[in-house]
Amino acid sequence: MSAKANILAKLRNSLAGTQPLVDDFDEALVSEPWRYAPEQRVPRLRQLMEAVHTETHLTTLADWPALLERLLTEKQLGSLLIAPSTPWGAQLAEHFAGRSDAPHLKAYDRPVEEWKAELFNDTPASLTGTLGAIAATGSLILWPTREEPRLMSLVPPVHFAILKASEVYDNFYEVQQQQQWAGGMPTNALLVSGPSKTADIEQVLAYGAHGPKDLIVLILEDA
Amino acid sequence: MSQRIPVVELSSRDLKRNARQALGDSQLRGNMRSAMDSLMAKRLASMPDEYEREHLREMGNHVRARALSKLPELLERLEANLTRNGVKVHWAETVDEANTIVLAIAQAHQARQVIKGKSMVSEEMEMNHFLEGHGIEALESDMGEYIIQLDHEKPTHIIMPAIHKNARQVGSLFRDTLGIDYTEDVDTLIQTGRRVLREKFFAADIGVSGVNFAVAETGTLLLVENEGNGRMSTGVPPVHIAVTGIEKVVENLRDVVPLLSLLTRSALGQGITTYVNMISGPRRADELDGPQEVHLVLLDNGRSQAFADGELRQTLNCIRCGACMNHCPVYTRIGGQAYGTVYPGPIGKIISPHLMGLENTPDHPSASSLCGACGEVCPVKIPIPALLRRLREENIKKPDDPHRVMRGQGSKYSATERLVWQGWRLLNTSPLLYRLFGFFATRLRSLTPNIGPWAQNHAAPKPAARSLHELAKQHLEGK
Repeated sequence: MSAKANILAKLRNSLAGTQPLVDDFDEALVSEPWRYAPEQRVPRLRQLMEAVHTETHLTTLADWPALLERLLTEKQLGSLLIAPSTPWGAQLAEHFAGRSDAPHLKAYDRPVEEWKAELFNDTPASLTGTLGAIAATGSLILWPTREEPRLMSLVPPVHFAILKASEVYDNFYEVQQQQQWAGGMPTNALLVSGPSKTADIEQVLAYGAHGPKDLIVLILEDA
Repeated sequence: MSQRIPVVELSSRDLKRNARQALGDSQLRGNMRSAMDSLMAKRLASMPDEYEREHLREMGNHVRARALSKLPELLERLEANLTRNGVKVHWAETVDEANTIVLAIAQAHQARQVIKGKSMVSEEMEMNHFLEGHGIEALESDMGEYIIQLDHEKPTHIIMPAIHKNARQVGSLFRDTLGIDYTEDVDTLIQTGRRVLREKFFAADIGVSGVNFAVAETGTLLLVENEGNGRMSTGVPPVHIAVTGIEKVVENLRDVVPLLSLLTRSALGQGITTYVNMISGPRRADELDGPQEVHLVLLDNGRSQAFADGELRQTLNCIRCGACMNHCPVYTRIGGQAYGTVYPGPIGKIISPHLMGLENTPDHPSASSLCGACGEVCPVKIPIPALLRRLREENIKKPDDPHRVMRGQGSKYSATERLVWQGWRLLNTSPLLYRLFGFFATRLRSLTPNIGPWAQNHAAPKPAARSLHELAKQHLEGK
């Protein structure tokens, strides 16, 4: 018999004569303690994310490219990985179009194998969108896609993320329900709640363990 | 020459000897005490609302118990959904089978380098050692795991593997093994680890990870972490192999909501970890990164034995948060390595006998004061003290007891001990014998033998001149 057959036979034998327990999942318990008034969602999200060294900025649909430009200059970031085919990527490309002082805007437009060394060694920052955020825990929701692949929000040391203020949900349960996650998950889905960190030495918090050292969230208040 | 930090010998499984040695290590005791105090405070601060905390623990228990009550069905559903998503599922009854599966995948890809995210099941398998024996380098990438791997140690804690070391010790270790200048600055040490390991992520042929929850409904493997090494291990190399125990499956995606909240708050006092990574398949044809292949190895290794007994089955509720060890007075004093098992502390004492047999863990069920702290903080309400008592019973069963519950049962059986207790029972249940004993014990009290170890810290026990019975009788008779 195969390992699978053996294991399943043992488990079934142990359960012989028993009934599966009923599903008494208590929706209220995982949602009610984590509800916020609409005007409290963004402040709570910012407070929680900033407590773990995330930088957050309130901006608008029209102004964010200029803000990003200023941040790139301040942080001395000469190039930025973007997804040109997304609305955010297109808007930023347009912002810098025809300017000689524009940062180098790179696209993640080919399989990672073709430019892995450049991604690891010569890509200091990236910009991605989000599928919203969670006020309860201070988390961004990311579903990597062809346009914004998995490593785009992971390998570059600085990650800029754009969040629409209208897409801040109360809690993880609500996100799963409203976005119907159980109906079909992408190959990779992520909750990101700050820059990479570790407390493995003496429980002293250190940021920038393996992922981004800086996470900067641009919150679009009118979007 | 690397300066060895005094820790207990890894090869030894003798808990009593290890514990004695660890208790004399003041550095270890200081490091552990401060770490556990801090973890306990953080947990409580993250769960201030008693109503929410206690009801969520109850819910966590129900979610896990429900999953176990239909485990075979959920495992098949998980396999079907993962397979549909393009993940290859493998089953292994023993660690040898699991290692063979991993090796076969590695060899099919001519792999030379494996980078690992944190996985306790891979520790069960001693995967690093096994792969190295076949010429494949297996490197840990969790900062704590990396530190102890450099020092050829085993994890001391399931969440914080290097918690027994302080920054000075890590500084010396990095100076000696990585050739950097000595520093105690934690940021510098972490940046050194980041630099070294980034090269390894870049070059690795295979990434290995554990799994926190496997969701049957969607065919999703959920991993929680703070560092990003889990995302790197599962996202950068062309092949990802996840290894996990057969008990880690949950029924629905929504079931992870309470468990995730319980896990990160119980473990670290964090409302959530930096990353919650949900993997439901390899790179699709139109995607530009992610592994080309994803494999899941489901390991039994004694779990089906625990599963067979309705009471012991509760052991498998565990979501590996480590709160029981953080609150354990024994663990805090002897550290994790003294247990000589992959899983230390209270959970280790109830799971290890199933993985390794009671004959190899004879002292583990007894290494507890039964204070009950572990059971009170367990996020899925495993009655750890009750299970310890149960294992103590299994441990002293007659070796020929026809009721076979577990490997190595009866390891501590002693005919003499049993006879003494039978005599004691007789003494206490026969009024005549009891009165005779009381009479002579009080009259001959000067002959009471000295109980050495007890008398070190307590007044030597000596019966009173007259028993309470006698005194009461005298009093009532007005004498």
